[in-house]
Order: sequence, then C-alpha cells, then structure tokens
Amino acid sequence: MSSQTQNPIMRDIALFAALGVLVLVIFVSQGAVYSVRMLVEAGCYGIIALGLTIQWGYAGLFNVGIMGFIAAGAASSMLMTFPRNPDFWNSGGPELAGLFIVKLIACALALWLANNSNRWGVGPRLRALLITIAIAVSYLVLSFHMTVMSEEIEKASGWMGGLGLPVFFGWIIAGVIAGIIAWFVGKICLGLRSDYLAIATLGIAQIIKHFLKNADWLTNGTLTVSPMPWPVPSPADGEFLFARAAYLSVVAVALLITYLLLQRAYHSPWGRMMRAIRDNEEAAGAMGKNVNRRRLEIFILGCVLMGIGGAMLIHFTSIYDPSGFLDLNHTFLIWVMVILGGSGNNRGAIFGAIFVYIVWVMSEPLAVMLFDAIATYGNQWLGWEAPSDFLSRALQMRVFVIGLTITLVLRLAPQGLLPERQARH
Amino acid sequence: MNDLVFFLNKGITSGLIIGSIYALGAIGLTLIFGILRFAHFAHGDLMTLGAFVTLILAAALAALGVTLPLPLAFVVMFPAMAITAVLAIGLDKMFYKPLRQAGARPVVLVMASVGVTLMLQGVIRLFAGVRSRDMFVEAPKEIYRIPIPGATRKLVVTEPQILLMLFTIVAVIALHFFLTRARLGKAMRAVSDNPDLARITGINTEHVVWATWIIGGSLACAAGTMLSMDVTLKPDLSFNILLPIFAATIVGGIGQPYGAIAGGFLVGFCETLAVFNWSIVLRPFKDELWFDLPSNMSLVPTEYKLMVPFLILIIVLIYRPTGIFKGRVL
Repeated sequence: MSSQTQNPIMRDIALFAALGVLVLVIFVSQGAVYSVRMLVEAGCYGIIALGLTIQWGYAGLFNVGIMGFIAAGAASSMLMTFPRNPDFWNSGGPELAGLFIVKLIACALALWLANNSNRWGVGPRLRALLITIAIAVSYLVLSFHMTVMSEEIEKASGWMGGLGLPVFFGWIIAGVIAGIIAWFVGKICLGLRSDYLAIATLGIAQIIKHFLKNADWLTNGTLTVSPMPWPVPSPADGEFLFARAAYLSVVAVALLITYLLLQRAYHSPWGRMMRAIRDNEEAAGAMGKNVNRRRLEIFILGCVLMGIGGAMLIHFTSIYDPSGFLDLNHTFLIWVMVILGGSGNNRGAIFGAIFVYIVWVMSEPLAVMLFDAIATYGNQWLGWEAPSDFLSRALQMRVFVIGLTITLVLRLAPQGLLPERQARH
Repeated sequence: MNDLVFFLNKGITSGLIIGSIYALGAIGLTLIFGILRFAHFAHGDLMTLGAFVTLILAAALAALGVTLPLPLAFVVMFPAMAITAVLAIGLDKMFYKPLRQAGARPVVLVMASVGVTLMLQGVIRLFAGVRSRDMFVEAPKEIYRIPIPGATRKLVVTEPQILLMLFTIVAVIALHFFLTRARLGKAMRAVSDNPDLARITGINTEHVVWATWIIGGSLACAAGTMLSMDVTLKPDLSFNILLPIFAATIVGGIGQPYGAIAGGFLVGFCETLAVFNWSIVLRPFKDELWFDLPSNMSLVPTEYKLMVPFLILIIVLIYRPTGIFKGRVL
C-alpha cells in the first residue's frame, strides 16, 4: 500500500489493469453485444464525469443539476438531428416560432437596457421600477405567445419535429445550449457563496425536466421520440454488434480528445490559476485574478461537456424520453463516479465513471434477485406476505447505497481512489 | 359574492396553509444555515421522515382502539416531533459532526447532506413504497362548510387546516420567546451572528448545535405531518418541497427566523396566486372589460408551479442577495 501511494503511476496502472480485467470478465460472461453497449454508456458517462470533475475538482463548484444539463443537451440535439416534420413546415407553425424568437430577443434586449439604465443616469428607484416593468411585460408577452403557439402547433402537426441536420452538428449545439443555460445560472450565483449554486442548479434541473415533459409542441412531451439518428450506421441498417462497435469508437475518440485537452488545460497556467482560486480565493483575488470570471468560465466549460455527453448518451439509447431523466441516474451517480475516482484527477474521473457504471448496471439484477429471494423465503419460512410493489423497491435499495457511498467516501477517503497529484513547480 | 368566496377558498386559504408549511420548514433550515453554516439538503426528507413517524404512531394507537376528540395524527405529532429531533441529532452525530471536526469546507457538508437525503429517501421508500397514504387512520377528516351571507357557495375549511394555523401561531410565538428570553435561545443568536466571539464569551457551542437540530427536526416533523394531513403523505416529495423552502429561507435572509416566516408565506402566496384562475374572479365584471375573458387565466400553468419559487429565488439572488430581512451572504 505504502509503495503504491508513493508511486502514483504504479497505482494508476494497477487500477486501470484491474478495470481491464473486470471488463474482460464481463465480455466473456455476458457476450460482446451487451458489453459493448455497457462500454458506450460508460464512455458517455465518462465525458459527463470529466465535465463535473473540472467543476468540482479544479474549481470547487458544487453542481447538483447535472441532470438538467444532460436533458437540455439531449433535447436540443434531438431537435437539430431528428428528421423534419412536413406537417409542421406546411402549417403556420414556423411563422409563429420565428415570431417567438423575435419577441424573445426583443424582451432580452429590453431587460438588458433596463438593467443597465443606471449607466445613462437613471436613479436606483427608477431602475428598479423599469426592471420590474420589463420582467412583467416580457413574461406576459412570452407566456401568452407560447400558449397560442403550443396550441396551434399541437393542433396542426402534433409537434415541431427536428431539423434533420447531421448528428455531430447536433452534439455541438447540445454543448452550446447547455453552456448558455450555465452562463445564466453561473452569472447569477457564482459571485455568492457556494451553497447558492447548489440550490440554483437543483432548481434549474427540475424546471428543465418539467418543461421538457410538458412541452408537447416542442419535444413531443412524454410521448417520446424515436428512433434517434446515429452518427454511424445504426443497427437497423446492418449488423448489431458492428453498429455498436462503431458508436463505441466515436465515443472513445471523443473521450480521449476531451481527456487530452483537459489534461493540457490542467497543467497550463490557466489550470494552475484555477487551483489557486479553489485553494485560497482571497489570495488569488489579491494577486489580481478575476475570481468570478474564471469560475464562470470553468462552470460553462463543465456544463458544455455535460450537454455533449448527455446528447451522446441519449442518441445511443435511440429513444428520447423526458421522463427518463432521473436525479439518481443522471446527477448523483455521476457524483459518486467523480468523488470515488478522485476529484481533480481526470484519469480518476474516467476510472470512476467506467467502474461505477459497471457496478451500477451489474447491481440491478443482483438487487432484484436478492429481493426475490427475500420475498420467496420470507413467505416459505415465516409466512410473510411481500407487498405487491416489493420488487420495484429494489431500486430504492440502490438509492440508499448511493447516498451511503457519498457520505462514506467524503468521510473516509475524501481524495478518492486516484487522488489528485499536485504538481510542484 | 360567490366568486369572492371561491377566491377565499382557493386563493387565500390554500396560500395560508402552504405558506405556514413552508414557514415551519424554512425556520429550521434558516437556523441550520445560520448556525452550522451549510445548506441542509436533507430537510425535505426529514419532513417526510417525521410524517412517517407520526403515521406509524397513529396507526399503532388506532390499532389499539384509542379514540380522541382530535385527529389521532395531530395528537401523536408531538411525540413524533421529539423522535424526529432525536433522529436529527443522530444524523448530525453520524454524518456532519465528523466532517465539521475535520475542518471540512462548508460545501463538503452540503454534499454530505445530499448523501443523507438519498439515504433517507431510500430507507423510507424501501419500507413504505412510493404510493400515497392517508394520515387519517381512524376516521375521515372533518370538513366545515361555513355559510356566508349573500352567497350560495360556502366557505370550506378542514379540521387539519385549522389545527395547522393554530399550531403555526403557537410555534412562532414560542420560538420568539425562546430566542429573545431564554439563555439558550440568546446563545443561538450569538453563535449565528459571530461564532468565534460567541465561543470566547463561554457559550457551549455543543448545546447550541443540539438546540438547532431539536428545533429544526421537530418543526420539520410538524411541517411534514401537517402537509400530509392536508393532502396525503407522499414519500417522493423531497426535491419538490426543498426548492420552495430554500427560496423562503433566502428571501427571508439567512439566519433570520422571522424572515423565514415571512418568506414562507410570501412564497406560499405567490405560488397559489400564480396558479389561481383569475378569470373566475373577473367574471362578474366581464361586460366592462375591454377583452374577452378566457376560460383559464392563471399566470402560470399548474404544471409549472415549481417555477414560481425558483423565479423568486433568482430575482432575490440578483437584486437583493441578503434577503428582505437583511440576513448574511456568507
């Protein structure tokens, strides 16, 4: 143990070798088709976990709204890449949607003007009044237009449908949209203490999910959209395993590029400055670093990665279902990956993502088996009648285990399996 | 007149009810935020836990054949509050205190509380499932229909609603006297204002931490019980209730119990009035209005109710991060 901690490179190699053996065992025991699917999903989670590890590990920002950024990325990528809906384009829908965008821009401009009116010599009271009026008027205008628009579109064509653009373009847009949302949240919360960011991201995630579930006109709501287009030949066109393997290579390349770029950023002056801000905010501020601006940068960068990773994940599952975005799977699981793997260490995040995802997937049949056994033997030996929803409670056991893992890791091994290695210059 | 009674029933009563529940939750949250200096994410599930303790006690008493003039759930709420307070202290001892003593950053405590909330969720749903339950184990709740002169529609109030309002008033007055008169209450305020100075003057911080968890835990139990008595006990409430309570805490100013009460009612009223269908109130004047009255004229559709506390939170964070009662931005 002590030699391992003294030689971190050996530790990396040992842990990744163990992970490779684990993957090999799954390949042999579960078959290639299943294992490749698991690896693709683990790779997508790896990209999302890298996004989180730069927020938490590099800058100490606490984001509990990962699900929201994943959902936003997936929805915007779906809108970009799904085939066009001809009913929508032949109806009055595009005109209404265009008008909505124009109104949105006008309202944003009005709000910006009201907010900056103090520059042109408007007093604080008048400014507050102007802002209130601007918020109220834009809310009324936009919500009224949205009600009309959603009714019209749902009547004429069901929903808007996509734009039919290439999938890679959709993934880039997914990152852009997630980044824009992150800019809003970060701009508001990053100047304040860290707890506020947690509360605000939790809220925005719930709201994005609610919106996507209810916006039937935009994303088909809970009726789900499928099949999502793939950037490589999809299984419908040819062989199942080949298609999945091709997708896996795309994900692996994306993961590798992200990792190399982040690794470079970590060792650059920018990364050093980030760690300085994380470790001592006052000192960094006194050195003339713009703390809030740097935090905003890294928050947006992390959320962009989450959006892209989320889009890749949902494209792979080939069904877009807004009720499928869960706090547990898409926020807290990723937290476990990052803190267990070692926050602030990119290799740790990737290791954690793959390892935790394998355990997570494998634990599902195990938990169901365990609960089934309890129900059967409880009935046979003790005459105990299991409740009808007993098997569905196996999921709750996993909620408990996730929570327990978070608290135990924080207390016993706050550095994770692959601790951050502080470079000494 | 009928329309006014409808407004009283749907707007004012439910605003008061949900406002007092938010206020009870937010008082605990603001005290924990002010004294222990972290956002306690497990507060929503502490409310659910408290409600479940009440339900178990009430079901046990009902099985023994006990009948009382008041609903059983309300009576056993008081021992349940004590049990929840003990559980809250236990959670602190197991999960938060070791981190505090190790000198962890506040954000690590926030993360630990997220872990605790998941554990509580898991345990509650593991043993109780996810279906809603009725808190009135022995008899259906009583509903009073009060006739109003000049209106055919009656004013509707249920028994748990009256009990909730009475309880909130008593709890707030008791809390006021505790914080301003009792030695421990003054010590709590001192620690909240300046922990180092408080320690130097010889205040036992350990006792203050206990008192914080006792007040926070018991009020969370009361809020959870009342909420589930008013509607039903839903085990999967957690994050949906957490956001309005956080909004109430921050609007009121962190570490300000009176602010939390005001914030709770503000958020509660904004929520109910935003989803209230205003066209019913405007119907008597429909001839004088310059526009056609739509059938549904609520400011926010019901499915986006959660947006109201979030928008309040955002606006407060942008324009007045200290809250209306001038709390701290730590």
